[in-house]
Amino acid sequence: MFRFIVRRLLQMVLAFFGTTLIVYALMFAGQGDPIQALAGERPVTAAQRAYLTEKYHLDATGVGGFFYRYFDYISNLLRGDLGESLTGRSIGDILAAAWPVTIRLALIAIAVAVVFGVTAGVLAGIRRASIFDNATLLLTLLVLGIPTIVLAPLAQYFLGVRWQLFPPTAGADPDFFALLLPGIVLGSLSLATALRLTRTSVAENLRADYVRTARSKGLPNRRVVSVHVLRNSLIPVITFLGVEVGNLMSGAIITEGVFNIPGVGFNLFRGIRTEDGPLVVGIVSVLVVVYLVSNLVVDILYAVLDPRIRYE
Amino acid sequence: MSDFETVAASENQAARRGLSGEPGTPNQVGKPGKPRSLARDAWRDLRRKPIFWISLVLVLLVTAMAAVPGLFTSNDPADCVLSRQHAAPSGGAIFGYDFQGCDTYARAVYGARASLQVGALSALFTGLIALVVGMLAGFFGGWVDAVLSRVIDIVLGIPLLLAAIVLLKRVGSDSATVRIAAVIFVLAVLGWTTAARVVRSSVITAREQDYVAAARMLGAGNGRIMWRHILPNALAPAIVVLTIALGSFIAAEATLSFLGIGLREPTISWGIEINNGRVHMRESATPLVVPSTFLALTVLAFIMLGDAIRDAFDPKLR
Amino acid sequence: MSQHAVRPTPASPTPPGGHLLEVRDLHVEFRTGEGLAKVINGVSYHLDPGETLAVLGESGSGKSVTAQAVMGILDTPPAHISSGEIRYQGQDLLGLPEAQRRQIRGRDIAMIFQDALSALNPVFPVGWQIGETLRQRLGMSRADARRRSVELMDLVQIPAASERLGDYPHQFSGGMRQRVMIAMALAMEPKVLIADEPTTALDVTVQAQIMDLLADLRRDLDMAMILITHDLGVVADVADRIAVMYAGRIVEHADVRSLYRAPAHPYTKGLLDSIPRLDQRGGKLSTIRGLPPNLMRIPSGCPFHPRCPYVQQVCVDVVPHDLVLDDGRTSACHFAQEVRDDRVS
Repeated sequence: MFRFIVRRLLQMVLAFFGTTLIVYALMFAGQGDPIQALAGERPVTAAQRAYLTEKYHLDATGVGGFFYRYFDYISNLLRGDLGESLTGRSIGDILAAAWPVTIRLALIAIAVAVVFGVTAGVLAGIRRASIFDNATLLLTLLVLGIPTIVLAPLAQYFLGVRWQLFPPTAGADPDFFALLLPGIVLGSLSLATALRLTRTSVAENLRADYVRTARSKGLPNRRVVSVHVLRNSLIPVITFLGVEVGNLMSGAIITEGVFNIPGVGFNLFRGIRTEDGPLVVGIVSVLVVVYLVSNLVVDILYAVLDPRIRYE
Repeated sequence: MSDFETVAASENQAARRGLSGEPGTPNQVGKPGKPRSLARDAWRDLRRKPIFWISLVLVLLVTAMAAVPGLFTSNDPADCVLSRQHAAPSGGAIFGYDFQGCDTYARAVYGARASLQVGALSALFTGLIALVVGMLAGFFGGWVDAVLSRVIDIVLGIPLLLAAIVLLKRVGSDSATVRIAAVIFVLAVLGWTTAARVVRSSVITAREQDYVAAARMLGAGNGRIMWRHILPNALAPAIVVLTIALGSFIAAEATLSFLGIGLREPTISWGIEINNGRVHMRESATPLVVPSTFLALTVLAFIMLGDAIRDAFDPKLR
Repeated sequence: MSQHAVRPTPASPTPPGGHLLEVRDLHVEFRTGEGLAKVINGVSYHLDPGETLAVLGESGSGKSVTAQAVMGILDTPPAHISSGEIRYQGQDLLGLPEAQRRQIRGRDIAMIFQDALSALNPVFPVGWQIGETLRQRLGMSRADARRRSVELMDLVQIPAASERLGDYPHQFSGGMRQRVMIAMALAMEPKVLIADEPTTALDVTVQAQIMDLLADLRRDLDMAMILITHDLGVVADVADRIAVMYAGRIVEHADVRSLYRAPAHPYTKGLLDSIPRLDQRGGKLSTIRGLPPNLMRIPSGCPFHPRCPYVQQVCVDVVPHDLVLDDGRTSACHFAQEVRDDRVS
């Protein structure tokens, strides 16, 4: 187990450098004017130009200059210094204010996915080909097929503006209730995936040989399903949910943007809209790290849950 | 990543159970055994599914809309007069007018073209990349497979939206063609992995078949075997995956355009329309609801079509 | 042929207390999407205390399905028991409610399965899996269950049992895994042990060890055993009687000696002839021609007739009943006597 974690950590470090290098190269390399690239089409003031030149060491040139700037960027990133956005705010401060909101939203979404998705998935898996099963399959297909850019504004309009069941937007310091509708919208996709995954997994495990063994021990059906089948079926589901937590921490760009929730995705959304290059680079870099770490955590979780992986 | 492994494991399990086959029913594990009867069975199965027909009709409808939008509306989507802002339906404008005073329905109809262009071309390029990578990895195995599988893992590990943002931010041009090409490029570069895995596994299955060994003994070279014997086997599953992918590419294009980094005005895209409609939803909701419905139905149609075909070809999954 | 009584029941006399386990005229169907498969078509066999019955047949002959019906662990649907009786100590198990049926599983009748790797739950330690029966069924404490699990693992000769309690199934070798399965089945000291192809997935040398272990345990613990196999070679030393199954029927039922000496059904004869023998050097090994029947379209008359070297018109037209031969064996062949006495051409 220890060796497994060490190996995965080393892989993650490699992936970290690889990914950040790609992000950095794509953002800066080969541009005519890197400063203009960061700022997009906005006019750049002389002060901004001087700040960016100094911050990204844009006066050094060539491949050597590129790697010099890259390692500079990495060391800043590792020190937690993400620099300033074009509006002059510290990106670190922006993120520090945004994380708690995003995490709360992600937790609501995951809770929705677990409570409804996994439960319904288990039921559908046990009663395969029943009406319930077919209905959930069709419903999840609908949810999976409707893009968030449709679901979020429509939910906001109908549930928030038209019928006024929920607050339509969250605002500066959102409470639990304000986050509920966006959380459900955000979680619906995870819910559908979790449901389908649970259903397939349960149905498959119900046919496994060890189920027959457990029944031949004279165990009640309830125990066979809730202990033997579930323990096996939930391995891929929990792994998926782990990956999903990582995704939701970073990926709520649309939902946070639509519902005006001042989280990480919202700031990225705004950074893209206002063409604030440093803000986008800063947030994307941090999100890449979050993504890598959450993948690592999930891999370890997987090994903890499945002894066959653990002792490889 | 993990569900892929689960599927593979369950296939093994199914194969084992099939072999110990106590129920005595004929073995249906060997997929590529009888392709013709499998296709016939699949067709018989599909014919009875309402979802298949509904999604097929929707796909044909939206394709026609993209090809000849004039068939569906006689209004010009670019004919926008501010004095008609949020005006009620009149004439051909069956859903009224939006904030800019454009015909909401006409704009939704004309939005199909960009969506389908991006979706179809992304799927085409994705398919080409997937076929090349999957064939090479599956056919040659060994270190080629190891390297390419690693590449697949890495690309699969990149969060799509973030990567698309990074890539598209570099495209400064506002020219419609350049932006469409850029979106297609980004989606193809990031989206080929699932299809490549499918191709790879079907190539591996086909490679082990007796007729391939026979062809090899008859002196057929690698190229000929790949082209004549392996490719046809890998094609069908790849097409199914790409049908579903086409739906998600359309959704991805709309999302990127919604964010303002995909297509831009004056190109008409559902993503842009939805964003514009969203901003003014309190005054009038139809400019939001109409393009949303068009987009959702189109994406759903492709996904359901692909899903239905896959289910029909793979009875094990049911 | 006319000198033999034609009776549909097996021949052995019923002891005064009745048989320990008796299957009577069992019919099982599988209702699948493609149609109705008649998997078991009137199987009858019995088992007396301390006895070993071998049930022999190709895969698809219904031998495992019968055993699963006895255990009550058939997957229903698709399986459906359409008629018959399964009597344990005189009581018809098929008439019992599931709650009572469950009590018999493991405690009176236990079963071990073919592939121990898939039959054991991959995510629980073996000690936990053996102990589960003790804790759940006998209400033992964790510590007691643990102690008893070690005893059981010692009993099936797993070395260093107490250290291996926490290991997972995939960490054991094939033979050791099968021993774990056996230990688990013995947890409640059952009176009947059903072993479904216990050695098929194992190496030949390990196969012999497991068969010996099973025979020893059966004797030491005074159990009765049903040994399901497709391998005539493994049953000779262990079994008392053999029931040969084909297409969901028992086609021949005899004690081991007489069956080996003179098979009375062409199918058994074919099986015996297809075993390689040391004393038959150089000769060509014979096989049974054709394939096992499709259970959705079982051939008319005798189901074996399309593959039978002695086939006559009557075999195509008339379903043969169990013929009781003079030495008390039964055979479902119109020409049983002739086949046994090797008088057919």
